[in-house]
Amino acid sequence: MTSGSENGTTPVVVPANKFMLAAAGVLLLIPVVALMWVGSYAKVDPRLWGIPFFFWYQFVWVFLCSAMTYSAHRLVLAARHQSGKVQK
Amino acid sequence: MISVMAADTGVNGVALAVLIILFLVVTVLGFSAARFRRGDNLDSLDEWGLGGRRFGTWVTWFLLGGDLYTAYTFVAVPAAMFATGSVAGFFAVPYTIVLYPIIFVFMARLWSVSHRHGYVTSADFVRGRYGSRELSLAIAVTGFLATMPYIALQLVGIQAVLEVAGVGGGDNWLAADLPLLVAFVILAAYTYTSGLRAPAMIAFVKDALIYLVIIVAIIYLPTKFGGWEHIFGAAEDKMAATSETTGKPTGSFVPGDGQMWAYATLGLGSALALFMYPHSITASLSSSSRNTIRRNAAILPAYSFVLGLLALLGWVAIAAGTKPVGLDGEPNAQLVIPQLFEDAFPAWFAGVAFAAIAIGALVPAAIMSIAAANTFTRNIYKEWINPHATDKQEAKVSKLMSLLVKAFALIFVFTMDKQNAINFQLLGGIWILQTFPAVVFSLYTRWFHKWALLAGWAVGMVYGTVQAYQVVNPATGKHFGGSLDVMPVIGDLGYIALTAFVINILVTVVLTLLLRAGKVDNGTDETTAYDYHADADDPRVRKDLTENPKTLGAEEV
Repeated sequence: MTSGSENGTTPVVVPANKFMLAAAGVLLLIPVVALMWVGSYAKVDPRLWGIPFFFWYQFVWVFLCSAMTYSAHRLVLAARHQSGKVQK
Repeated sequence: MISVMAADTGVNGVALAVLIILFLVVTVLGFSAARFRRGDNLDSLDEWGLGGRRFGTWVTWFLLGGDLYTAYTFVAVPAAMFATGSVAGFFAVPYTIVLYPIIFVFMARLWSVSHRHGYVTSADFVRGRYGSRELSLAIAVTGFLATMPYIALQLVGIQAVLEVAGVGGGDNWLAADLPLLVAFVILAAYTYTSGLRAPAMIAFVKDALIYLVIIVAIIYLPTKFGGWEHIFGAAEDKMAATSETTGKPTGSFVPGDGQMWAYATLGLGSALALFMYPHSITASLSSSSRNTIRRNAAILPAYSFVLGLLALLGWVAIAAGTKPVGLDGEPNAQLVIPQLFEDAFPAWFAGVAFAAIAIGALVPAAIMSIAAANTFTRNIYKEWINPHATDKQEAKVSKLMSLLVKAFALIFVFTMDKQNAINFQLLGGIWILQTFPAVVFSLYTRWFHKWALLAGWAVGMVYGTVQAYQVVNPATGKHFGGSLDVMPVIGDLGYIALTAFVINILVTVVLTLLLRAGKVDNGTDETTAYDYHADADDPRVRKDLTENPKTLGAEEV
């Protein structure tokens, strides 16, 4: 994260925990990579309740992506909080 | 087993009556919505076009959902699944999944900087970031242009419902296009009178109706038509069968060799593009805090799940033997979902479903046209034509422009191939994605040069438009027949928007290096690093978007 001007009158960006931000970034990247790699799931078997793999696999990703996005949200909040910003 | 049902092109009295009654209820709600958490009055642009901007998590959720749950979801995607299978239609599922990680990353920064400086459009932001009127104009024009085919898609959706319900029909052109004209007039009158507040209010009714219809359809229809196994079997047979027009298989059951790139690029390109549209930005910025958007990013995928089920309704229709035939007697895939509902449900419930689809197209179309009109007013009218416009003049121009953008949308409907409505949205995506580098990259860095960004945009726009024009539909012979083309280097088919996007970035990078080497002035930046992190509880966040800062609290709504 960038840091703002050190000038006393200008507000400064509070540095955040870089490791936690990076972890959030990875969590956000996983669903994109997984779903863009179409070759990994463009197949019919194994079926689930008669539904071909291709379809149910993508439905599963709706929930995985939601969970990962939520985790990333908590991580980003924690990354800023840890760095000492006063929480209102 | 259910036999193949004959197409019913006559008037369905009960369904039509239910449709009209529900429509009237919603319209009344719309007009009373003008008083919903009212600020000053609808004569000011902020009131009419931004709903005064004080929506919390849930209203924002509904508003953003409205961007996804449109005729695109209900009519175009299932129709594409019905006609040519998963590559043409099911990519909408990965599209709406990867969408949220993507907006999670940049939308919070855009919220913060916008609320520090009073930006309402992406063109406002670019203007502030580079002090560049020209780049800002390019962004605004693109937003206005790209919204047109997206609204056109909504009009096609409303038209499909009216056509199946039996409105219109006949030999002269007026009667033949009556459903479309009715759709247009309703939309125009509705938007003109109530602004953004009405869609926000109606989003609740709309989503309630839609959920009702979806739950019934998803539980009842697959059972009625032999279960998922049978449905997928019927779809597999149809997609493998040889098409009479092309001599190739009708479509794809699961993406095969050479179709992986098409599937992936359609999904990724659409996801990157969606939140560049003026209406998506308006909805995001009208949320009450920086984190509202991120919380939303975690709960919005509920929409994607339902979208997937709706897409599969296109295949349920294959198993059901639905025959979507228009009033002109010609087959029209866009009618498949309304026709399926009419065949499979009692007339009164078909009417409820029709209303859900029609309102589900009306609300987003209203939001889209308002947002496009806002962009026009702020970044074209006020910037270039009348810098000293009063609030009242601004609101008036916005209202007129919201009519104009719909009129252009109508032209798209008349000139393009209505049989492949999903392509309207893809065409809009080709254009709007070209604004991504100037807007999103600039949220992080000022390394890119403003003239390079402008040049990259221009090259991307020209390349994308020319390539899309050259795609000819083999059945109708019309240009703009699809949005896939052979990608340079890779050699497989891919979404033109993404190819143009890559070319756009390459041009931007090369020219930036040259312009920086030549020390050409890159404009002045009115933002600071801090602006990109400011939150609603910060006293420095600009309050001019709403008069009373206390109403910004997320828990308010």
